[in-house]
Amino acid sequence: MNPAVLTGEHFMTGDVACAEGALAAGCRFFGGYPITPATEIAEQIAERLPEVGGTFIQMEDEIAAIASVIGASCAGVKSMTATSGPGFSLMMENIGLAACTETPCVIVDVQRAGPSTGLPTQGAQSDMMQARWGSHGDYEIIALAPSSPQDTFYQTIRAFNLSETYRLPVLIMSDEIIGHISERVIIPEARTIKTVSRPRPKGRKDRFKPFQPGPNGVAPMAIAGEGYNIHVTGLTHDEKGYPVMTVEAQEEMMTRIIGKVSRNLHDIIQTESYRMDDAEIAVISYGVSTRTSLAAVDEAREMGIKAGLLRLITVWPFPEDQIRKLAERVKGFVTVEINLGQIHYEVERCAAGKAPAFLVGHPGGTIIPPDSVIETLKTAF
Amino acid sequence: MKLNKQQTTHPLDDLLRIDRIPHIWCPGCGIGTAFSSCLIAMKESGIDLKKTVMVSGIGCSGRGAGYVNLDSYHTTHGRAIPFATGMKLANPELNVVVFSGDGDLFAIGGNHFIHAARRNVDLTVVCVNNFNYGMTGGQVAATTPYLSMTTTTPMGNPDTPFNLPLMAYASGATYVARWTILHARDLTESIEEAILKRGFSFVEVLSPCPINYGRRNKEKPIDTLKTYQEKTIIKNDAHPTELGIDFDRGIILGKFVDTNLPTCSDRYDNTCRPKDLFEEEGEGI
Repeated sequence: MNPAVLTGEHFMTGDVACAEGALAAGCRFFGGYPITPATEIAEQIAERLPEVGGTFIQMEDEIAAIASVIGASCAGVKSMTATSGPGFSLMMENIGLAACTETPCVIVDVQRAGPSTGLPTQGAQSDMMQARWGSHGDYEIIALAPSSPQDTFYQTIRAFNLSETYRLPVLIMSDEIIGHISERVIIPEARTIKTVSRPRPKGRKDRFKPFQPGPNGVAPMAIAGEGYNIHVTGLTHDEKGYPVMTVEAQEEMMTRIIGKVSRNLHDIIQTESYRMDDAEIAVISYGVSTRTSLAAVDEAREMGIKAGLLRLITVWPFPEDQIRKLAERVKGFVTVEINLGQIHYEVERCAAGKAPAFLVGHPGGTIIPPDSVIETLKTAF
Repeated sequence: MKLNKQQTTHPLDDLLRIDRIPHIWCPGCGIGTAFSSCLIAMKESGIDLKKTVMVSGIGCSGRGAGYVNLDSYHTTHGRAIPFATGMKLANPELNVVVFSGDGDLFAIGGNHFIHAARRNVDLTVVCVNNFNYGMTGGQVAATTPYLSMTTTTPMGNPDTPFNLPLMAYASGATYVARWTILHARDLTESIEEAILKRGFSFVEVLSPCPINYGRRNKEKPIDTLKTYQEKTIIKNDAHPTELGIDFDRGIILGKFVDTNLPTCSDRYDNTCRPKDLFEEEGEGI
């Protein structure tokens, strides 16, 4: 019998670290479906959840997996699922349900190359735009991109904390390489790990409005069986949670679910800068490609090219302000990602013509070698 | 329930979101009757209503969750059962009732139904079967009888419908019954038994959709009810293979399965959390 927090020094894969991060964050329900390269998350947590009082269930497909996760969260339990491209596609409709009903949950996408079945065992970062816009309609989402097993452990905890704080689905956009690489992971003592739980209602039950926002724009969440008699629907609803089919209700609801994120960007957005102080070229990267980019920046510096790296830990919401400010002072941007241009176009949009933006991309199946980045750094500017 | 002439309230008012009435259901629709039966059954069963949740999918019947004054969840199309599964497994103390329609539960959601029944998740599933997609205007469903007219089978339905109780039985449901809305007392009793049953319970309710199904099949609302009276046979314990929908031969109603088996949560706890292991090691949770 192991405790929920496996304090100590380990050698583990990103996928296993993700499962352990979830447990440390308080996750006690996992609804899953096997898919390469995310299966190890389900395998690890299937073994671990029962011993910490949680429940694992392998559902009949990914649609059922995400539906069960949202149901479990509505019952008051921190919940997660993990998948890869094809399964992520199947989950999209219910990610929208979680966004609309403001139900906290964490979805891990260990990305592999697509489209369709693609390269199931080989990495990519090509679901980044799907992460942002995959479900129909407008909504805001939070997506984090870990760059090592250790980072996966921490980002998973952070994903739960953000999800609970803001009552929305949070995506962990890992990839096959980070998911399968084995590295040292240090798990700290349980008491040093900060975990957050959703805001809960107080006061008279008959006056409670389940979607009336609190000071930070987030409504306290009543859970099933507490006696609040709440109604929760994926239809456009008012603060009482009742369906209202009007333009006004739509505007009010959308303002609320988008405002929760847009009003709290300072808390949600995290980036990391490396040699950026005097940088003339800003390399933008995230996830596994950060590692390529770090090597490339160091090598470029040795060659006299003043490059720096801005690593996006939070990819969505996109750090627009940071890119806009950088565009005022750098000669240009180079975005490094394993796809044919996704975040690159976001960088280009925010640069707004003030600095050119280049892509070092790849259709997937392998990491991008530092040489490709250096080549662009040398030739583009 | 005593009726009082002076009464200005409905005996189910406490279970209804009165501020959401009038409901969307058409005149002659049977969902209201099925819904009332479900609410009466919830009350009469004596379960703790504070711990009782209604989960619906999408469609006319799926609006049930919006009118019940309990914790209620109106989910995505076809996904009420997996949502309810997560909810029940996360908090086994909850009584979870899925109230939805045939299109939602058996076409788009059919896969979830058979798996929840296989696992014997302790849910009560009430399916209002009106043989078509009512909300979208009367399209063919997985339950539409052979040769029936719908907007997407303008020459008649070339396919045969599911026998829902057979599917429930074959998938492992521990309680299976079928009634029509004309058999409201039997229906209510069945739903009550289904709610009190520990295990996956399924109650099919045949229900008229005069606007979209009846009209296209030259069946006046009163004719549908007459059919329910004249073309049905109550045969408890009938073998599920006999339960196909065939109005010429007659539709069999009744309770077909009522058995006790360990639930999904029981099996999970016994297999994954064996008591001896937990006690030996001391603290676990």
